[in-house]
Amino acid sequence: MPRTFTPKVLTANDLLSGDVVYLAANSRLTRVFSDALLIENETEAEGLMNWAEGQAGTFVGPYLADATPGRDGRPQPVHVREHLRSMGPSNYLHGKQAGE
Amino acid sequence: MYRYSEFDRRLVRDRVDRFRDQVRRRIDGTLTEDEFKPFRLMNGLYLQLHAYMLRVAIPYGTLDSRQLRQLAYIAERWDKGYGHFTTRQNIQFNWPRLEDVPDILDALADADMHAIQTSGNCIRNVTADHFAGAAADEIRDPRPVAELVRQWSSDHPEFAFLPRKFKIAVTGSRVDRAVTRAHDIGLRTFRNEAGETGFEVIVGGGLGRTPVIGTVIREFLPEADLLPYLEAILHVYNAIGRRDNKYKARIKITVRENGIDTIREMVEQRFREIKPEFRGFDQRLLREIEDAFASPQFVDAPTGRFESRLESDPDFSSFVDTNLHPHKHPGYSIVSVSLKAHGRTPGDATSDQMRTLADLAEHFGHDELRVSHEQNVILPHVHKNDIPTVYDGLVRAGLGTANIGLTSDIIACPGMDYCALATARSIPIAREISVRLKELEREIGPMKIKISGCINACGHHHVGHIGILGLDRAGVENYQVTLGGDGTETAGLGDRAGPGFSADDLIPAIDRLARAYLDIRADASESFLETYRRTGIEPFKAALYPNSLRGSA
Repeated sequence: MPRTFTPKVLTANDLLSGDVVYLAANSRLTRVFSDALLIENETEAEGLMNWAEGQAGTFVGPYLADATPGRDGRPQPVHVREHLRSMGPSNYLHGKQAGE
Repeated sequence: MYRYSEFDRRLVRDRVDRFRDQVRRRIDGTLTEDEFKPFRLMNGLYLQLHAYMLRVAIPYGTLDSRQLRQLAYIAERWDKGYGHFTTRQNIQFNWPRLEDVPDILDALADADMHAIQTSGNCIRNVTADHFAGAAADEIRDPRPVAELVRQWSSDHPEFAFLPRKFKIAVTGSRVDRAVTRAHDIGLRTFRNEAGETGFEVIVGGGLGRTPVIGTVIREFLPEADLLPYLEAILHVYNAIGRRDNKYKARIKITVRENGIDTIREMVEQRFREIKPEFRGFDQRLLREIEDAFASPQFVDAPTGRFESRLESDPDFSSFVDTNLHPHKHPGYSIVSVSLKAHGRTPGDATSDQMRTLADLAEHFGHDELRVSHEQNVILPHVHKNDIPTVYDGLVRAGLGTANIGLTSDIIACPGMDYCALATARSIPIAREISVRLKELEREIGPMKIKISGCINACGHHHVGHIGILGLDRAGVENYQVTLGGDGTETAGLGDRAGPGFSADDLIPAIDRLARAYLDIRADASESFLETYRRTGIEPFKAALYPNSLRGSA
């Protein structure tokens, strides 16, 4: 039985700042999880990972993170780790949540 | 205090220059990330969840005011105005940009500091008792020994690529404040029956996924044999330590798989081979280092201001109860400054707080500071008459929390708020427990709560009286509780209490546990750990899991 594919977003860390980035439509990068491209099949995921491996000058450590479409259809994180990456730390208003 | 020699300075600057070039080549695309990563790790630069993190060594936890001011400056100029003191006597900056890191390393070098060997499979920052050079119970100052080991292990060609990281801790007193039994090598100073000072050498301790209390490999090592003996241990480990499996590569596994007797025999044989090569240079160097660590000129002065403040100010009196420890010189105290204000992040200090501490050390503390593995800062030499002034300065800077050794003096790793390896958050748990138990903590008394956000155990949870381990259960944080651990000279690993808790359920569970202790202790002088050792785990389990035990027995 083929594995069922759960939706993903492609994410990495920006080379210079280390900030979390996501792949959006048209090979654009975004720093906002809900603006990321929701990847819904394995072939597309593999193709995008291959592309991402060649972007070492822009970002570091690309991988696919589980995501789920929200009510508005835009992706939301599934795992608490990805939730934290999308926000910033919970002890200070630093990182993305501070609009940095 | 030890100052860098010209050789030290050149070594550190050369490393900064090389790293500057490596960063440049990474940014212009000459180096791939795979090629660059080992270089950045060799310079203490990690990539964490939200940003890069720079880990700076504070060898044996010793700083002077100039160095702490420089850390404050770095935090302000290149980070977000604060630093995080870790359980390995390092400081971590959570938000540096890659292109700024060479400048940060240069700024560190300006103050005789660096980030070398704070990562990678090498001998890491050597840690020591944070009361070193000051404690009334000290046999010898462990810092000259730690500095000798630092010099010997820095860029040591034979040990640049060990099977795994290697941590050495030194204590100069019978009371173990350096958790020596949870290190790859622990050195405990003691005096033998002939009155000679030497070390009990402990090997193969460690926490992490396979926690082990270290074993004594040599009961008495004369001081003069220290470096050849350490070199012999490292040589044997380097040769037979496993490199096929990261999780079996630490020396604790080498000792377990080969047996301590075999390891001891191999070490002693190697020691006999190399001992003649050490012709006394190391001992001459140790003497020189010892001169650099000579005690400050203590004064004998009246302590009237201390006594009168103690009588008139209950808050000051509370501070004295918990945050002062006996000093070797009459009229002086060791002042522990808590970085654990209730509800705040354990181990964090702002640039302003660092500057306050530097000023107080300079004016009232013989210009010395220590950072502890318990994530606090120590003013090791304060005359009692100056303590009221120091206390007032601390209070103004938000550093006057009187809670050393109490429930809110929690060790917590950065956890999943920052760390890429973490499986759960530690900081919010520490903050909530410290607030929840605040009203009870004086009544509870000595209590060590230690929290790790993954099995690597940076938060030392195995040796906490109450240990908390954060895990990932299908994408949700879950916390396991261990009880009865101990990181001192009576070291022992905690016992797992039972199933894990959600973050929401954990805080009331710890509250029940604390109240159960107050109910069952023999009297107010019986500490949590003593009660636990007397009663065993059952009454504490009943408090943690009231529903599952209902109706039993």
